[in-house]
Amino acid sequence: MQKKSDSQIHSAPSLTGRAGGESSESLYTILVFSENIAGILNQVTAVFTRRQVNIESLNVCASSTPGVHKYTITCYCTEEMAKVLKAQIEKRIDVLQARYYTDDEIFLQETSLMKISTPAVMENAEVCRIVRHHGARIVEVNPTYTAVEKTGTTEEILSLFNALNSLRVVRQFARSGRICITRGTREELDEYLEEREKEKTKGGE
Amino acid sequence: MEQKITGSEALMLALKAQGVKTIFGYPGGSIMPVYDALYDYARGEKKAFDHILVRHEQGATHAAEGFARVSGEVGVAIVTSGPGATNTLTGVADAMIDSTPIVVIAGQVPITALGTDAFQEVDLVGLAQPISKWSYQIRHAEDIAWAVSRAFYIARSGRPGPVVLDFAKNAQTELVDFKMEKVDFVRSYVPYPKLKMNHVQEAADLINQAKKPLALVGQGVELGNAQDELIAFLEKADIPAGRTMLGLCALPSDHPLNVGMLGMHGNYAVNLKEQECDVLIAIGMRFSDRVTGSLKTYAKQAKVIHLDIDKSEMNKNVKVTVPVVGDCKESLPALTALINKADHSEWRASFKPLDEKERAKVIEPAIHPAEGPLLMGEVVNEVAEQTQGDAVLVTDVGQNQLFATRYFKYPKRRSLCTSGGLGTMGYGMPAAIGATFGAPGRTVCCFMGDGGFQMCIEELGTIMEQQAPVKMILLNNNYLGNVRQWQDMFWNRRKSFTRMMNPCYELIAKGYAIPYDVVTERIDLQGAVARMLATPGPYILECAIKEDDDVLPMTPPGKSVEEMQLG
Ligand SMILES: Cc1ncc(C[n+]2csc(CCOP(=O)(O)OP(=O)(O)O)c2C)c(N)n1
Ligand SMILES: [Mg+2]
Repeated sequence: MQKKSDSQIHSAPSLTGRAGGESSESLYTILVFSENIAGILNQVTAVFTRRQVNIESLNVCASSTPGVHKYTITCYCTEEMAKVLKAQIEKRIDVLQARYYTDDEIFLQETSLMKISTPAVMENAEVCRIVRHHGARIVEVNPTYTAVEKTGTTEEILSLFNALNSLRVVRQFARSGRICITRGTREELDEYLEEREKEKTKGGE
Repeated sequence: MEQKITGSEALMLALKAQGVKTIFGYPGGSIMPVYDALYDYARGEKKAFDHILVRHEQGATHAAEGFARVSGEVGVAIVTSGPGATNTLTGVADAMIDSTPIVVIAGQVPITALGTDAFQEVDLVGLAQPISKWSYQIRHAEDIAWAVSRAFYIARSGRPGPVVLDFAKNAQTELVDFKMEKVDFVRSYVPYPKLKMNHVQEAADLINQAKKPLALVGQGVELGNAQDELIAFLEKADIPAGRTMLGLCALPSDHPLNVGMLGMHGNYAVNLKEQECDVLIAIGMRFSDRVTGSLKTYAKQAKVIHLDIDKSEMNKNVKVTVPVVGDCKESLPALTALINKADHSEWRASFKPLDEKERAKVIEPAIHPAEGPLLMGEVVNEVAEQTQGDAVLVTDVGQNQLFATRYFKYPKRRSLCTSGGLGTMGYGMPAAIGATFGAPGRTVCCFMGDGGFQMCIEELGTIMEQQAPVKMILLNNNYLGNVRQWQDMFWNRRKSFTRMMNPCYELIAKGYAIPYDVVTERIDLQGAVARMLATPGPYILECAIKEDDDVLPMTPPGKSVEEMQLG
């Protein structure tokens, strides 16, 4: 993952992509489910690095299935590259499943926190107006700082951040990276696990 | 069966349960408990293993690879932590890219010392992960039965590959109630994907319509033991087949449908015909750039059917019309059942004039030169003729490899060890040692260049100690020949650091008490090869080779396969 300065936060990512890959790049969300074994994150991110694809955001958490970890990764690439990434990630032994999605195939959210200086909030009514206007919540206020939480799309979050930042009141800014659930009717991980359970032979793991 | 034993002894029992009989290894501090257990398990009453002490850990991994390649079993290497472990990485990477099943067991500092930069501590799992099929750190003795069984299952199943076990020293000495475990199922790993019959049908339809079908046979056929199934398939629809370098033994050289070797230095006709065929049937091969040349122009006219056990190979390099994912032992017969009997003799006959052109322009001058210094091609040809296809061919990397693989004959299965994907100089000598243990009783001929011979030259010590019957044919051209060839062809003849001063190999052979002979004159070649083959045990035959000979034909790097040059 490349470090970006605040001023670059909005600019389109510069991507090298694969040589000869002239077809267009778009944002893909890659969902990965793996066993809970040490070192998988390394293996997953190495697949991106080797193919010169920058990871835009990455969220890792235990999934709803006990013992299964869920990775939500976004990146800009061609569809062919998304297929390659999916296949190469799935090839790792302890990865259960990898799938890639475009934004219309998922419900997605990202959450963010902003730390704003409280005196600045008091002095400038514009700050509160912007927070309300963006549908953000003030989650804590004390004499030194005010914590603002905004959940939404990346664009909505950045819109709020940019508005507040132009007033030079933001002390800290944190984004969770995208999380999502799929819109499809199939629960592919459950299907996979069920199928594997059936195939499990006596004496297996 | 329950008994309280040390982790090291548990490892012995776990390896024994996997059917391991040969271990290539090198001891050191972090693996001493294991070596102490080996003291009992390599001799006397408890003897279960032959332990081959190599001279460098890289050699242990290549030996394990050679052993695996010829025997079809998993090769095993045991080494110490730190430098011992890092020395194995070249072999691990080599085994990964060439799908060779090996298990490397390395010592590691005790878990209490992990992360402290302890003496000889390296993050082996981190280093090995991108170049291995699976890597795992054994932290406690109770993990051993599970981890070893899982390691062997993963190494040998599906598309085979290397597995690295990082064995913490505390786990080697802890006491454990050892219970055998048999892992033959890993939830997240599907080694034998289910064949999709609709894809098989689509593939059959394409083949049935094909006027000019061409099969590309890779090592997958050999790894899947599907040589007979391949022949049945090819013969039914009369399909000519080229083989990749690693797939050379998957179809006997003398089979009438064999049209030679694919790739940069493969055969002329098949390279040109890849650009003319209408249906390309790739079987257990991965469209390496050494096979395809420029992908932008590769076989664009053809519909592509790709049979492979590894679904991540589909569309990785070449766009596939019909993917047939599955074990070729299963997919080939399924396909054969659905294809029509066909006669493509006219299409096959069209290879002949190109073959003849290559024979006249390249092959004859290479294997039957009338005059001038000795050539690699004629030495290989002489050895091939005298061994009558019975020998295992091992090569190092460079011109020696390209000449050897081109001019050797492969009537028998599992008869080739060569470093294909990684092109690892130094592979040959240790791999040949491994091959003598993996295929005892067979003649093992190892062709090496003067560069590669010196890259694992220390393994002469292993050969001496084991009296491993490796027939070493040193093709000495006083150059890093393959690089020199590229410099001459593409870098304005600027021979930058490719000429090499050589030692006196006769004295080296003497030091290791290995019989040695040298050939400088053509007239002595036949006798010298005969004497080598008649001498039991190891042998070094040095051949003084023409210094500036080039491997031909050649497709220049990055060029289209039809741009292959004969001269
Ligand atoms: C470990 C390693 N280092 C460097 C190379 C690059 N390389 C490929 S072929 C070659 C020359 C090999 O020379 P030699 O062993 O004498 O064989 P020849 O080509 O002369 O037959 C070199 C340096 C390599 N393949 N492997
Ligand atoms: Mg040389």
